[in-house]
Amino acid sequence: MDDNLISVNNVSVNFDYQENFISKKQKIHAVNNINIKIKKGSFFGLVGESGSGKTTLGRAILGANKISSGNIIFHDDEKDYDLTNMSKHDLKEYRKKAQLIFQDPYAALSPRMTVRDIIAEPLEVMKITNSRQETDKRVRDIAAKCRLNIEHLRRFPHAFSGGQRQRISIARALVSNPKFIVADESVAALDVSIQADILNLLKQLQNELNLTYLFISHDLSVVAHVCDVVAVMYLGHIVEMGPSRELFKNPKHSYTKALLSSIPSIDPEKRSEAIELKGEIPSALNPPPGCVFRTRCPNPGVDCKGGEIKMGLTEVEPGHWVDQCCVI
Amino acid sequence: MSHLLEVKNLDVKFDTDEGRITAVENISLSVDQGKVLGIVGESGSGKSVTAKSIMKLNPGNTYYNKDAEIILDNENVLQFTSKQDLKKIRGGKVSMIFQEPMASFAPAIKIGAQMVEQLLIHKDINKDEAKSISINMLKRVGIADAEKRFNQYAFELSGGMRQRAMIAMALSTMPKLLLADEPTTALDVTIQAQVINLIKDIIKEYQMGVIFITHDLGVIAQVADHVAVMYLGSVVEKGPVNEILKNPKHPYTKGLLQALPDINNLDAPLSPIPGNIPSPLDRPSGCVFRTRCPHHNPEGKDGKIEMKLIEVESGHWVDQCGIKCGQNG
Ligand SMILES: Nc1ncnc2c1ncn2[C@@H]1O[C@H](COP(=O)(O)OP(=O)(O)OP(=O)(O)O)[C@@H](O)[C@H]1O
Ligand SMILES: Nc1ncnc2c1ncn2[C@@H]1O[C@H](COP(=O)(O)OP(=O)(O)O)[C@@H](O)[C@H]1O
Ligand code: SF4
Ligand code: SF4
Ligand SMILES: [Mg+2]
Ligand SMILES: [Mg+2]
Repeated sequence: MDDNLISVNNVSVNFDYQENFISKKQKIHAVNNINIKIKKGSFFGLVGESGSGKTTLGRAILGANKISSGNIIFHDDEKDYDLTNMSKHDLKEYRKKAQLIFQDPYAALSPRMTVRDIIAEPLEVMKITNSRQETDKRVRDIAAKCRLNIEHLRRFPHAFSGGQRQRISIARALVSNPKFIVADESVAALDVSIQADILNLLKQLQNELNLTYLFISHDLSVVAHVCDVVAVMYLGHIVEMGPSRELFKNPKHSYTKALLSSIPSIDPEKRSEAIELKGEIPSALNPPPGCVFRTRCPNPGVDCKGGEIKMGLTEVEPGHWVDQCCVI
Repeated sequence: MSHLLEVKNLDVKFDTDEGRITAVENISLSVDQGKVLGIVGESGSGKSVTAKSIMKLNPGNTYYNKDAEIILDNENVLQFTSKQDLKKIRGGKVSMIFQEPMASFAPAIKIGAQMVEQLLIHKDINKDEAKSISINMLKRVGIADAEKRFNQYAFELSGGMRQRAMIAMALSTMPKLLLADEPTTALDVTIQAQVINLIKDIIKEYQMGVIFITHDLGVIAQVADHVAVMYLGSVVEKGPVNEILKNPKHPYTKGLLQALPDINNLDAPLSPIPGNIPSPLDRPSGCVFRTRCPHHNPEGKDGKIEMKLIEVESGHWVDQCGIKCGQNG
């Protein structure tokens, strides 16, 4: 139990939605009754199509999205933090321990800030350091760990390459000495060579700094390479979850199978083995009842059609969980 | 048999405040009817500039070399200046699809109206005929309720549907050559698989030639017959898709493959290509890849001898690394 860093228990996140002021209020079911445990030192992958709720779940774990029901516990060495019930003081502490890697720090920050100031900002905002010297030292240390050139610290954002920008982003996330990092599509916009470099850096930093990652990505090949555990999300639900190699070798859920088969193979002789899914992911305003995947499932069972089956994970192999309706 | 498209010795340069940028240098490519040429390379390698040259869509500060030729259907596109001629390569014989479908549609005009207008410009038909061709094409690309979509705006469609509508519009004029610039890059893998299958079916059905640009070698493996690998404006290697992916010769092609996470080979480490792409303003002399190549020899000839593709196997062309660095793949 205590080797878990994060427990997500029956968590749902809904957003209110109103098309215009006369229409009736509706709910967007972005995240539905999710249960996951993230082990200390894990590189936990979260995959799924656009709109499946990955970012919403990641933000909920960082305390940046309000949880509609359930709870999330962060198990620190000395104490547990319950994100649904945190004092101001605890929330401040938690912010130092759990950080997000921005996709692109310059999109969020002033172009007039130097790289040094961008990386230092969390220290200043959270009042972690007591003097300019201390701040500078922390910035220099983390920049060196992220293999950033110290010379670059005095420069301004423009004219940095995609890879360098991502390093700055990582340094900024790590400067407060966090234990948990959410990396949301952190390599999605990068060319393969730079992507490989950043992935290696994340791995190396994980070992050096004892980090635990929630790695959100729509790229299954990347996730298969770096993550030890993977959860597959579809329309707000986790439909399958397990040790990465087991899951990729032995997928059980129809959605996971279709997703895996859609990865374009690098072998020109292995063409079109994709299980083609019809249509697109339905709106989270009106998710289908029963199995959320059934509107696109290539081979639904007789029982799946009526929409009466209740979703929920069941363990089929040690640590390998699959939505129960896909198992029966 | 002559090729549908033949690009010969093309340079594309841009005059900017910082000086003249070489975006593409001395490339030669060909595309046959019914075949797909994949162009692959990192961002900034000149893929889009190459495609735009074929439609003469590069901006006013563009300079093409005098001895370059882009031969489409036996005419040199680079000589085209009249409206009548340009029409032929912009929606007539050549159509283009993009990563972002909104780039193809005017936001305030209904999809159907845009399709009809385009057909009336390029074909000798009336409005009713244009409408029925458009609706049929929307159906052909798998859009349900085509009649209803015909009367909608692009923003009203979902991402995957918009991509299909853009493809329908590009195909409705029955171009001989389709230029597809990263058409699946922004899509989820499941939708990407749908769009790839659609494009493949359509090529078979209409026997058009295609240039398919992507930075994803997996997508290349799935769609291309031939591949050209570009780096910093140069084609460093080209040939049949099987040859390039299974028997790569150029250090850059090999580097790309080693950096790629392959789901079928999870034990392989991810090896980045060392260093960064130089700015096109400091394009290296001689071999463009030498600042990052593991075989680069600072005292050697690779900075002095210009790049030139040589045929190492039938149809498989690679830069003459052997002469510059003694590397023969
Ligand atoms: N602040 C919000 N208000 C209303 N709806 C929201 C909000 N944030 C997210 N949603 C909705 O919640 C659902 C899940 O969105 P989310 O951004 O978590 O998906 P995602 O899996 O991260 O997708 P992507 O791969 O595109 O980043 C979507 O239907 C989205 O439109
Ligand atoms: N209009 C332009 N003016 C100046 N430079 C340009 C222009 N268009 C493209 N370039 C430059 O040409 C090079 C090749 O660009 P591009 O063909 O868009 O690359 P790719 O499509 O391979 O990512 C890049 O260095 C780019 O910055
Ligand atoms: S529960 Fe039924 S409909 Fe849902 S994914 Fe499994 S087989 Fe398909
Ligand atoms: S010519 Fe030399 S430096 Fe250039 S790619 Fe070939 S081996 Fe490398
Ligand atoms: Mg997201
Ligand atoms: Mg481009």
